[in-house]
Amino acid sequence: MDNWPLLSLVTFLPIAGVFAIMILRGNAEDVARNARWIALWTSLIDLVLSLIIWARFDPTTSDFQFVEQAEWLPQFHIAYQMGIDGISLFFVVLSAFLTPICVVASWTSIKVRVKEYMIAFLVLETLMIGMFCALDFFVFYMFFEGVLIPMFLIIGVWGGPRRVYAAFKFFLYTLLGSVLMLLAIITVYFQVGSTDIVEALNFNFDPGLQKWLWLAFFASFAVKVPMWPVHTWLPDAHVEAPTAGSVILAGVLLKMGGYGFIRFSLPMFPDASAYFTPLVYTLSVVAVIYTSLVALAQEDMKKLIAYSSVAHMGIVTMGIFTVTSEGLQGAMIQMLSHGVVSAALFLCVGVVYDRLHTREIARYGGVVNNMPKYAFCFMVFMLASVGLPGTSGFIGEFLALLGAFRVNTWVAFFATTGMILGAAYMLYLYRRVVFGVITKDDVRAMLDLNWREIVVFVPMIAVVLWMGIYPDTFLRPLQPTIGNLIESVQSARDTGHRFAAR
Amino acid sequence: MHLALPDFMAALPEIFLAAASLALLILGAFQGDKAAREIAWLAVAALVVAFALVASPLHSHGPERQVALYGLFVVDGFGAFSKMLVLIGSALTLIMAMRFNEREGIARPEYAVLVLLATTGMMMMIAANDLISLYVSLELQSLALYVVAAFHRDDRRSTEAGLKYFVLGALASGMLLYGASMVYGFAGTTSFDTLAHQFAQGGTVSIGLIIGIVLIAVGLAFKVSAVPFHMWTPDVYEGAPTPVTAFFSVAPKVAALALFVRVMVGPFGGLVAEWRQVIWFISVASMLLGAFAAINQSNIKRLMAYSSIANVGYALIGLAAGSAAGVRGILVYLAIYVFMNAGAFAVILCMRRDGKQVEGINDLAGLSRTHPALALALGIFMFSLAGIPPMAGFFAKLYVFLAAIDTHLYVLAVIGVLSSVVGAYYYLRIVKLMYFDEPAGAFDRPIGREIQAVLVISALVVFFFFAWPGLLVDGANAVAAALFTG
Repeated sequence: MDNWPLLSLVTFLPIAGVFAIMILRGNAEDVARNARWIALWTSLIDLVLSLIIWARFDPTTSDFQFVEQAEWLPQFHIAYQMGIDGISLFFVVLSAFLTPICVVASWTSIKVRVKEYMIAFLVLETLMIGMFCALDFFVFYMFFEGVLIPMFLIIGVWGGPRRVYAAFKFFLYTLLGSVLMLLAIITVYFQVGSTDIVEALNFNFDPGLQKWLWLAFFASFAVKVPMWPVHTWLPDAHVEAPTAGSVILAGVLLKMGGYGFIRFSLPMFPDASAYFTPLVYTLSVVAVIYTSLVALAQEDMKKLIAYSSVAHMGIVTMGIFTVTSEGLQGAMIQMLSHGVVSAALFLCVGVVYDRLHTREIARYGGVVNNMPKYAFCFMVFMLASVGLPGTSGFIGEFLALLGAFRVNTWVAFFATTGMILGAAYMLYLYRRVVFGVITKDDVRAMLDLNWREIVVFVPMIAVVLWMGIYPDTFLRPLQPTIGNLIESVQSARDTGHRFAAR
Repeated sequence: MHLALPDFMAALPEIFLAAASLALLILGAFQGDKAAREIAWLAVAALVVAFALVASPLHSHGPERQVALYGLFVVDGFGAFSKMLVLIGSALTLIMAMRFNEREGIARPEYAVLVLLATTGMMMMIAANDLISLYVSLELQSLALYVVAAFHRDDRRSTEAGLKYFVLGALASGMLLYGASMVYGFAGTTSFDTLAHQFAQGGTVSIGLIIGIVLIAVGLAFKVSAVPFHMWTPDVYEGAPTPVTAFFSVAPKVAALALFVRVMVGPFGGLVAEWRQVIWFISVASMLLGAFAAINQSNIKRLMAYSSIANVGYALIGLAAGSAAGVRGILVYLAIYVFMNAGAFAVILCMRRDGKQVEGINDLAGLSRTHPALALALGIFMFSLAGIPPMAGFFAKLYVFLAAIDTHLYVLAVIGVLSSVVGAYYYLRIVKLMYFDEPAGAFDRPIGREIQAVLVISALVVFFFFAWPGLLVDGANAVAAALFTG
């Protein structure tokens, strides 16, 4: 297996599933059932592949591993290049982990156009994994932007009542950011002379130019993350998207922004990153506090979790730009944790939504009485989201805050306030939905989790606890990469200062 | 006095096409309307033969530039590339037209003959190496196009479109001719080579010459329907029979843009600093107007008209760059544009309900349920026109933006990408109608084998372009570089 193009395999395997689903013929019922099974098996095999990659990943080096290269446009020094390091490894695993969960979660709740739905999710999986593996800027950009197409369709076709508005807002917001990044990528290409990401990472850009390029990349990633004040597409997209769409959106798509900051903005533009750090801190802190307050006032469960995502991602951006080993590791763990936890929370909402077809918090109450298993799962994820020690959320937030504290006490102070608010809105949500007495007949009639839902939740709970109790599994492969990143940023900044002094 | 044979060999494809159109005209005159389909297929065959002739080394001495017919005519890689695109565009749209014309009762042999004549004119335009041959070939093309626009002669909209096109087109030709006479008056020659030689030295140029160049640019901007000379486009596109609109949006556009490039970087190449701002402005204006004006359109043909205006704006970015990279960008853009547009119009031609052609955008509602394959194809074309990877349209935009950044035209590039986001809105609106909305009723079936073929070919090209971009890009790269060194 040593010579297998594992990354291409894990990236493009879902496409094989797409072709298999496409050729399905017969009556609608059979086609729908077969499409579900094909999608499930494809994504499960892909998950196994990604786990194999993790097992074979060498955690002692910061170099890119499993590197693949193929000619694409040799005249322009543009090549198909794949490779992963500690940073991208977990995002690949995360994407492969969430896709089968999405398929299972949509098993019965999606009833129309099942075939197209499964195709959209498999295509989405290919694009997400490909984006995290790409080591060439144009390959990266194609995956990065290609994600918009299936997501646009998922929101627009299977979404809620205001789905058209939400789908357009999502698409145009993200596109606006990406096209500016495209121009920056082209400029980088002319500076470096090729679109090789590794080469660009080791290239010293002129400090004046860095600022412009940083801003252009920022435009794209800030929208993706999303940072305040360009986060407004997120609540709309989440509320209107089908449950599995929200899961992928919160679980993986938001991480593309954070990944971009770590992969590109920091190492390529170290001086500009230093220059703009106060801006990022400000936006992050505003995001943490402001969106937490907004979340407190929400009537809609999905909207509340969407706002909490913005707050959690604020911690991530703050952690990244501390450029400390704690901050970056915290940001990474926070992203992974949020990827699982918020995905699970959206699934929790989906569970009750499937039964009552409303997401209004006030319509529920006392669910614990007739749905104890559900109440337990919801509690685990709620506490992980709050950052209870022993859960994944704690590790991420704690490390990120530690990093921030070392660099800037005030930022850490304000971010911590946001976390207190976070506990407030999550507990408040939990109390209103789960506790109390049942006053409504339709709530009383709700059934507890069925086996399919349990199958979805159990692995997610396991991951959340594992990450919280023994985070070293996840931190070890990260450390060399992050250490190397910090070193290169610091040395580049030092030479930059020397240039300035001279 | 003798004419050496190789002189004519250089123009072999054009000569063949002209002869073929005359032969088909005679055939049509004898056979009458019942032979319309056969003659259309023969015309397609003639286009294919002409394509082979252009591609073969028969009429030129290898890839290098060759001037023939007493300096009026030039054969080079750039020309061959553009001619092939024109021929593909003409052939695809001619195939699409057959069934439509039969249904509408306008299946006459003259249609194919006129398309062939127009194509001959376009090929000569691309090969023009003198202001006089430029004008003559442009008129050959335009006159044929005026007639084709009014081909549905019993239809008020079609005749109106033809008349409008004719009057405004004549005005543009007049301006171009006036510009050419100014250039001749101040420079003393009409030959591109001599002009290029004169301006290569740089130095100051008289104001009269500048006016001449600008007037020529205006005439050409009209032909490519760039803002502010675009007014005819929506009306003509809407009024003309749909296959004619498809034809207009593809072949003449390629030819006129190729001619634009030829004139600007050839004879006036030394004056790029003088005309760049003009092109810059038309490019920006076209992109913005194309993006914003299309938002409110409810007729799909009008929408495609504004879309084509915006697309010309993007292609002109490459001309504004005025470099080999820019010309490469234009060629890549045009090649992809031919397939995107031919495909999109093939779908529009399928929009028939109860035996009647419908053109409202809302008629596409729910197409993904009533006709999933058609919806998928149009979806691919729309995402491609919006420039979303991995569709071919992304590469089209990528290469012109590469050229713009290379020449440090940052503002132009930023305006370009921003207007492409605005443009994405209306392309997405069509996707939304097809996929998100409830069906408005099915279209008539079957859609016809010819159209199916065009659809499949264009969709495959547009979708799978990303896998082998080198096939096209390397070719465009080579001929664009040759245009500047040769």
